[in-house]
Amino acid sequence: MIGEGTQSTNQRRHNYVQENVEVGFFTDPTVCIGCKACEVACKEWNQVPDDGFTWSGNSYDNTGHLGASTWRHVMFVEEDRQKGNQIVGSHSLGSGNGEDPFRWVFLSDVCKHCEEAGCLEACPTGAIVRTEVGSVLVQNDVCNGCGYCVVSCPFGVIDRRPEPLADAGGAFKCTFCYDRQKSGLVPACAKVCPTESIVFGRLDDLRARAAEHVQQLQQNGYRDAQLYDPQETSVRGIHAFFLILGEPEAYGLPPKPQIPTIYLKSAWTSAIATAIASIIATLVAFAFFS
Amino acid sequence: MPGLGTSFGRGGATTAQQDVANADCILIEGSSMAEAHPVGFRWVMKAKERGATIIHVDPRFSRTSALADIWVPIRAGTDIVFLGALIRHLIENDLFFREYVVYYTNASCILSDEYRDPEDNGDGYFSGWNEEKHAYEGESWLYKGGDLSRPERDLTLQDPQCVFQKLKRHFSRYTPEMAEKVCGIPPELFHKVADALVAASGPEHTAAVCYAVGWTQHSKGVQIIRAAAILQLLLGNIGRPGGGILALRGHASIQGSTDIPTLYDILPGYLTMPHKGDETLQQYLDNYTKKTGLWAHYPEYIVSTLKAYYGTHATAENDFGYGWLPKLTGNHSFFEFLYDMLDGKMEGMFLMGQNPAVGAPNSRLQRKALSKLKWLVVRDMVEIESANFWRESPEIDRGELKPENIETEVFFFPAAGHAEKEGAFTNTQRLLQWREKAIDPPGDCRSDAWFVHQLALRLIAKAKASADPIDEPLRALDWWYPEDSLGDTNMEAVLAEINGWHTLEEKENVERPTSNAQHPTEDGVVFGVDRNGEPHHGPQVNAFAELKADGSTACGCWIYSGVFGRDGVNKANLRKSRDYLGHGWGFAWPSDRRIIYNRASARPDGSPWSERKKLIWWDSEKWTGIDVPGFVKGKAPDYEPEVGAEGLDAIPGDAPFILHEDGLGWIYVPKGLRDGPFPTHYEPLESPVSNDLYSHATDPAVNWFTRNENRFAPPGDARFPFVLTTYRLTEHHTAGGMSRFLSHLAELQPEMFAEISPELASELKINKGDYICIVTLRGAIEARALVSRRIRPLRINGKRVHQAALPYHYGTAGLVCGGTANDLLTISGEPNVTIMEAKALTCNIVPGRLPHGQAFAEFLNKYAPQAGQISLHPEEPSVSTGTSGGGHASEGKE
Repeated sequence: MIGEGTQSTNQRRHNYVQENVEVGFFTDPTVCIGCKACEVACKEWNQVPDDGFTWSGNSYDNTGHLGASTWRHVMFVEEDRQKGNQIVGSHSLGSGNGEDPFRWVFLSDVCKHCEEAGCLEACPTGAIVRTEVGSVLVQNDVCNGCGYCVVSCPFGVIDRRPEPLADAGGAFKCTFCYDRQKSGLVPACAKVCPTESIVFGRLDDLRARAAEHVQQLQQNGYRDAQLYDPQETSVRGIHAFFLILGEPEAYGLPPKPQIPTIYLKSAWTSAIATAIASIIATLVAFAFFS
Repeated sequence: MPGLGTSFGRGGATTAQQDVANADCILIEGSSMAEAHPVGFRWVMKAKERGATIIHVDPRFSRTSALADIWVPIRAGTDIVFLGALIRHLIENDLFFREYVVYYTNASCILSDEYRDPEDNGDGYFSGWNEEKHAYEGESWLYKGGDLSRPERDLTLQDPQCVFQKLKRHFSRYTPEMAEKVCGIPPELFHKVADALVAASGPEHTAAVCYAVGWTQHSKGVQIIRAAAILQLLLGNIGRPGGGILALRGHASIQGSTDIPTLYDILPGYLTMPHKGDETLQQYLDNYTKKTGLWAHYPEYIVSTLKAYYGTHATAENDFGYGWLPKLTGNHSFFEFLYDMLDGKMEGMFLMGQNPAVGAPNSRLQRKALSKLKWLVVRDMVEIESANFWRESPEIDRGELKPENIETEVFFFPAAGHAEKEGAFTNTQRLLQWREKAIDPPGDCRSDAWFVHQLALRLIAKAKASADPIDEPLRALDWWYPEDSLGDTNMEAVLAEINGWHTLEEKENVERPTSNAQHPTEDGVVFGVDRNGEPHHGPQVNAFAELKADGSTACGCWIYSGVFGRDGVNKANLRKSRDYLGHGWGFAWPSDRRIIYNRASARPDGSPWSERKKLIWWDSEKWTGIDVPGFVKGKAPDYEPEVGAEGLDAIPGDAPFILHEDGLGWIYVPKGLRDGPFPTHYEPLESPVSNDLYSHATDPAVNWFTRNENRFAPPGDARFPFVLTTYRLTEHHTAGGMSRFLSHLAELQPEMFAEISPELASELKINKGDYICIVTLRGAIEARALVSRRIRPLRINGKRVHQAALPYHYGTAGLVCGGTANDLLTISGEPNVTIMEAKALTCNIVPGRLPHGQAFAEFLNKYAPQAGQISLHPEEPSVSTGTSGGGHASEGKE
């Protein structure tokens, strides 16, 4: 919870890597203030280059989306809906009765570190591995830049870095600050989050805490609060899960993310069926003409 | 900070940021705390987690509003009407905290019969206005009889001459309907706020108020803060946990820079800078020493300061060197000397940590002024606009200035970054936090302290070689500081001097230190050896109570005393919090007190108001509790001073505001302000409407700084129909020197934009992302249109008023560039602190791009004709020529 200081799981040292503890991020937009400290801390620690000085005009979001050079991305969602019981003026001209809902929600997006990771399954070189803490890590010295992982990620997270940026060609994404974690440190984004909207910790703890939190929020008027943690689909759960207000689509999150390999069975079945059918057809043709 | 200073006694936030977590309601107004103070905002979120109601009042739905429970949109510059309506609501409905108000505030004090309120004739003036001097004479504002230390009181609050009745009358017309008419706040929304505040008042509850430059940067900024102070006193929220007023400071050590001031009119610890007429120390002391309250010790503080300045050169015989202090002859603020620069009266300037070419109002004029200097020293980490204005400014592009004609010689000194130097920051909650040096600065980069130290050494050497009497103050300076291998001063030695010590003159038998290698000595001497290896000073003082007026103590800043005492522990560097107020982490002035005026956290009889809100209390022998008591430790709650008592002995046992002569919180300020004892609504100097409350639209005592290049649009000028306000983004730091040059910050907000409502965008046929020009009488800039429902039009007195909001970080240097919002502002002077009105003015918006080169002048002239009368506002003093209208020429105008 906010204000635990050095006792917070976002601040205290840990041995999760040594003890093979599954860890996660729980990100909560109801306390996010959109400061983007997570984006900056991530780039600073991981020496990720800037990727353009382009103004978007899309609220305060000039980052746009996750990618090879953006491993944390704070979304700024402006909607004509109410947030909890929030009172937003009541001054719309003419009506003036408060029935003029508006809300501004900030959510810090990141690699989901899927239980079944599309990128990892697609990687032909073994560059993408699963770590002791359950996160998915790209080993950039092994990656050959084939890009199979890019199309295999159901969330559009991983990407190849374009020229002329440093290390162009290779695929990059959030490392879950594996290097920091090995030394008992908390990932940079969680460490700097001033309101603990990003919480780092044991995945089981976080899930329990999140479930309780979402119930509380619903009691406090956030009727559309829900957890985004798809465990029923082929990704079978994610290590970086979110609380969201409203529907996942508003945050660019797929409601039912699937990894491409689940289509293998049907793809192979139809391929084999086609093969068999064409062999039969050929045989039949030969039989017919002969 | 005279708003807080005159209300409570000290010019600093009354509470600690951590303590905001204990509030039951938080009113944030004049600040986008989540954006400008994101780390401190965690305590607001903590309070919200615990069930507090968060209210944000702001023209713009900002990131702070997004996290608030209630967002109240307001027309920029009308805060006093809104706060005044809350004050009236509390009084009319008897919802104020009566016991607190009766005993702890001056609501019961009887005023002089001479006092006249703006209500008396509706013109907006208090009694005592002197038209000729364009200033108030405040004698009629004093309590009855003129003695501030022993006011006549009526504890029933019924006497028609008592402050409470005058307050009631003063705000009688500030109704919710008036707030709707003037601020654009519908009554139902007003009542939501009022109900939340009232629910968070009383023995069991508290509410906190947070503000920043959204209140200070107005032509009546001090009075807006005063209105909040009155509100908090009526609610009984000062000196109590989860209460208070948190003045949020915009830089790492802005509080520090008023405590140990970079201001022209105060000395360290809020001692008054001598004025012309205060010729001898005795005259000075007669003028500023108070008979009762803590300021009765003024002589101790000023003499110890002089001893810190001049060391053994300061003696009782020479008034401790008082004569060497310069005496003020007028307003010497930044704006006054800016005009002197423009008029060729000033030759050179040092700029350290400031970028006026972007960050100061009317920055076109600022850049022009820089071009008139003979020399300019800029110390910064990067080559900011104030250093390269002679080759890259918009004026060069437009041909208004030509590099070959600018004679300014610019000396650029590279500065060390914050990790490359040591020293203390004093943050927003009066907390000194020490920062150690992580690494030596690269190349020739050096700290500011190094620069000042090295400059001082050279100037002192020059002065010593001269016989000119004017150099005497430099020759007398006690410049003793030990230095490191880079030639930088040992900053802990400076802190030791700030804390204060006993001088060697005091005791001849004290063990004299022979080196700085080991300290503290047994006697408590810290860094006791000067640059020549000679013993320099005696043991440290542990608190300002030890300071003496006889020259036996020296102290660089009396309010910081205790930070580095005889135990030799630099308390600014402590890093182990013991409690929720952070004791054990850093050092908060005064005396490590985290919530000041905390005597008010207990009832008059000394018991806590409630278990839930207890902080300090009387345990039948002494004051004790969670915080350091801000009261004489053994003074019983029922203590009554004897007639003729002086100093703290004159303060009763139930009077928490011990810096005031009467020990009371000042709902009414009988002395110390230049524009009235009560806050009064005046329109901004540029406003789309006239004043609905008084016939005089603007604060009468304001300084307009009228000049041809600094013209004000009259009320309701159809050429400038929109309200303009400026603000700060989380992603950038003020004038941008520390953010626009860093890729990881610059990419987050890479271009100048203006926030406008969909309604205004459709009226002007502007689409999201279009280029638009924002025009005022001072200039025009280009921005991208950020169209959002976060800004909405207001209905003001039946008229639809649009507001536009601009971030002010951009300039012409760095990785990302853009129009400088400050080009559009006026230079103006709030009567008490000479701050400009940056948060409320009027503008026009023209779709399309801003012409480059010489076409700019034509464009500006089309929308804001540059010729003609200089004074356009009917209340502006008329000026016939285009030269300075400021006060610098009129000596002694104060």
